[in-house]
Amino acid sequence: MSVIYFLITISIVVAIFFLYAFIRAVRSGQFDDDYTPSVRMLFEDELKKETNKNQINITKEKQL
Amino acid sequence: MDTDKCFHCGNEIPKKDEVIFDEKAFCCNGCKTVYEIFSQNDLTCYYDFQASPGATPQDIKGKYDFLDNEEIVAKLLDFQEETTSIVSLYVPHIHCSSCIWILENLQKLQQGIIASSVNFGEKKVRITFSPKETSLKRIVELLSSIGYEPYISLENYGETKKKVDRSLIYKIGVAFFCFGNIMLLSFPEYFEVNEYWINQYRGFFRWLIFGLSLPTFFYSASGYYVSAWKSVKAGLLNIDVPIALGIIVMFVRSTVDIIFDYGQGFFDSMAGLIFFMLLGRLFQIKTYDFLSFERDYKSYFPIAVTKIATDGTEIPVQVYDIQKGDRLLIRNQELLPVDGILISEKASIDYSFVTGEAVAIEKKSGDKLFAGGKQLGKVIEMEVLFSVSQSYLTQLWSNDVFQKKVEQKHKSITDKVSRYFTPALLILSIVSFLYWVFIDVTTAFNVFTAILIVACPCALALTAPFTLGNVLRIMGNKKLYLKNALVIEQLSKVDAIVFDKTGTITTNKKTAITYEGIELNNAELRLLKNVLRGSNHPLSRRLYDFIPNQEKLEIESFEEIIGKGIEAIIDGKKVKLGSSQFLKTMTENTHKKTKVHVEIDGKYKGSYVFNNQYRQGLEQLFEKLSHEYDLYVLSGDNDGERKILEKMLPANTTLVFNQKPDQKLLYLEKLQKEGKNVMMIGDGLNDAGALAQSNVGISISENVNVFSPACDGILDATQFDKIAYFMKFSKNAMRTIYISFGISLLYNIVGLSYAVTGNLLPIVAAIIMPLSTITIVSFVTIMSNIYSLKKY
Repeated sequence: MSVIYFLITISIVVAIFFLYAFIRAVRSGQFDDDYTPSVRMLFEDELKKETNKNQINITKEKQL
Repeated sequence: MDTDKCFHCGNEIPKKDEVIFDEKAFCCNGCKTVYEIFSQNDLTCYYDFQASPGATPQDIKGKYDFLDNEEIVAKLLDFQEETTSIVSLYVPHIHCSSCIWILENLQKLQQGIIASSVNFGEKKVRITFSPKETSLKRIVELLSSIGYEPYISLENYGETKKKVDRSLIYKIGVAFFCFGNIMLLSFPEYFEVNEYWINQYRGFFRWLIFGLSLPTFFYSASGYYVSAWKSVKAGLLNIDVPIALGIIVMFVRSTVDIIFDYGQGFFDSMAGLIFFMLLGRLFQIKTYDFLSFERDYKSYFPIAVTKIATDGTEIPVQVYDIQKGDRLLIRNQELLPVDGILISEKASIDYSFVTGEAVAIEKKSGDKLFAGGKQLGKVIEMEVLFSVSQSYLTQLWSNDVFQKKVEQKHKSITDKVSRYFTPALLILSIVSFLYWVFIDVTTAFNVFTAILIVACPCALALTAPFTLGNVLRIMGNKKLYLKNALVIEQLSKVDAIVFDKTGTITTNKKTAITYEGIELNNAELRLLKNVLRGSNHPLSRRLYDFIPNQEKLEIESFEEIIGKGIEAIIDGKKVKLGSSQFLKTMTENTHKKTKVHVEIDGKYKGSYVFNNQYRQGLEQLFEKLSHEYDLYVLSGDNDGERKILEKMLPANTTLVFNQKPDQKLLYLEKLQKEGKNVMMIGDGLNDAGALAQSNVGISISENVNVFSPACDGILDATQFDKIAYFMKFSKNAMRTIYISFGISLLYNIVGLSYAVTGNLLPIVAAIIMPLSTITIVSFVTIMSNIYSLKKY
């Protein structure tokens, strides 16, 4: 039955790890602005599309 | 696409100004230029996220010359090194995803910008750039040229960087971690059966729980001990006293319990209680990051102005360095930072920041100019009379009310209840202790601690934060932005409301003039303009300014009948202008609106309508409010409008005219001495003193991002007619709190009945505590939402 010491220790360690991760995230300012990142996330695709377009333009110019 | 709206800024396009470019319609060249910049740089995605997201760029020539001054720039930068500098700029125009997108792609528009990131909530953009390749001035000019002019004021200068306080979040994180784990580890003992393995490992579980409770007890709850200690020292018993007492007793008794193996203790309840209460605190804090409630004149004054040195050169000079006798150059749209005398021939000064009056005042050479005005039109020169701090307007801030701490002004409702609750609780616990001590000493101690534990006013302490936090959010959605939750309580206690006149009950947008009737052709307009030129009547002057410029005509005869109108013969035509009686056209009931009727050559053409400059719904609002509140209107103007106001407003409204800023403050003080709870509603910097003196100061703002003096709340001007609704809502919010106080006391009584009889088991405490919390929180949330739907 002494396995219970082992299991509980593991569970607490895992929990402490998550607490540490949470505190680190707060400290780095992740929760200071809760709106902009949600919008910013959606931009990536648009940007890629645009760079593709540019690349196409460039290749076209090269062909000319 | 809607062809009538500008593709860039979405404003209506006046036909003659329309600019067509790239098959898109723009309202002006400025908007077109921004579009051009974006399309050249492959940034037209800007228009994909939101239709017409832009703003027309303003003419800023020379406005930011002071950014050449390195000392000033150094004060504005967050971080400065040889290769990288970082600056945070407040950009009021940020309002949609397109804004975020374009501002985070600035590096495509200017060499030297390394990265930029937007904080939407604060409406700030943080730009990292290389000072070798670009400069702050060039960045600011770039932003202005694409319609995102940053707002730089004296406040930025010498501002110490605020440290973000995240300790509440840490505390909640720690409390939640401990609470969760303690709960899990407590479960076996809740269902205690005398099984072998529970008895075997009980000690281990209990000491582990004890260990987990330490961070909550010493760290998460620390704020309550400090607050309780302070309140005891001040001789007041606020709600934190029984809370802190409850927590400490819980901890000590539980520790004693497990040391002597009496039981498992109340660590689970303790951790839960601390967690829920911290959560309540978090909920109550709703901040509007993009608004500032502490603004004074510094937020509006420029950092630097242009000084003309003795040798005639123009140098930017920091505002605090301006001295008496200096000569300053004020450009179009620039603010006068000091009092002075006009040297240039003419100036047109807009004092809307100060008084709320939108119409610019003409000044002639030699006239005195007051700080706070904005020059419109040409560049002017002025000579300084006083330095910044000694100017007429800024002197207001040396008044004592601005030094007072706002927190001290009132006690919150929870603290008032706890003034009775805490002593009652202590008396009850001592009485029961004395009763039990003669029967059994151990039980006596148990009962004593159990009472303090179960009566720990968790639900009581949560009621106000959750109600007020919710109301704060609802009001924010309806565009009344309050500084904090305490303001709602104050709002509900108000019994006198003082309004400023100009800019508050009147709009400070220019009153529109509209024409009704048969359309006038150009020749007829020319006749009108020439007739009006000869008249000095205020309505004639305004109508004269309204009609577009026309060529001059010789007037053959001209007669002005005072109080009626004008009759003139011009270019062989007879023109009659004036009231309906004068023209003998009693077409409609005209007493509500101001109209000027037009008749040319005996034919009635139509009328110019001068729209009421008072805010919409003013009469109804005053009518509603007059039943419950004493109403006052304070005005800095002369009593020219007394008659109109007396007619419009309820009879019990007190009208006071000719009030200087400090007199307004004294007037409020006088009302307060009469025992009234006064709410001040104002708008300009001249109301700042009165707003600070009042119990609740609400400032009305046409554009909440840009302008409002220091106050307790900012109301969007479009919501002016809802003031009565907000007052009613705040009263209902307080009623909700009283009801739920009752409910939470009920829970306390149930818990106490267990405690007094000496039967409080840890499991009972662990059930009552979260149960009461959940009922209270859901009750107040539902109630405040129901009340918010009520129309008034």
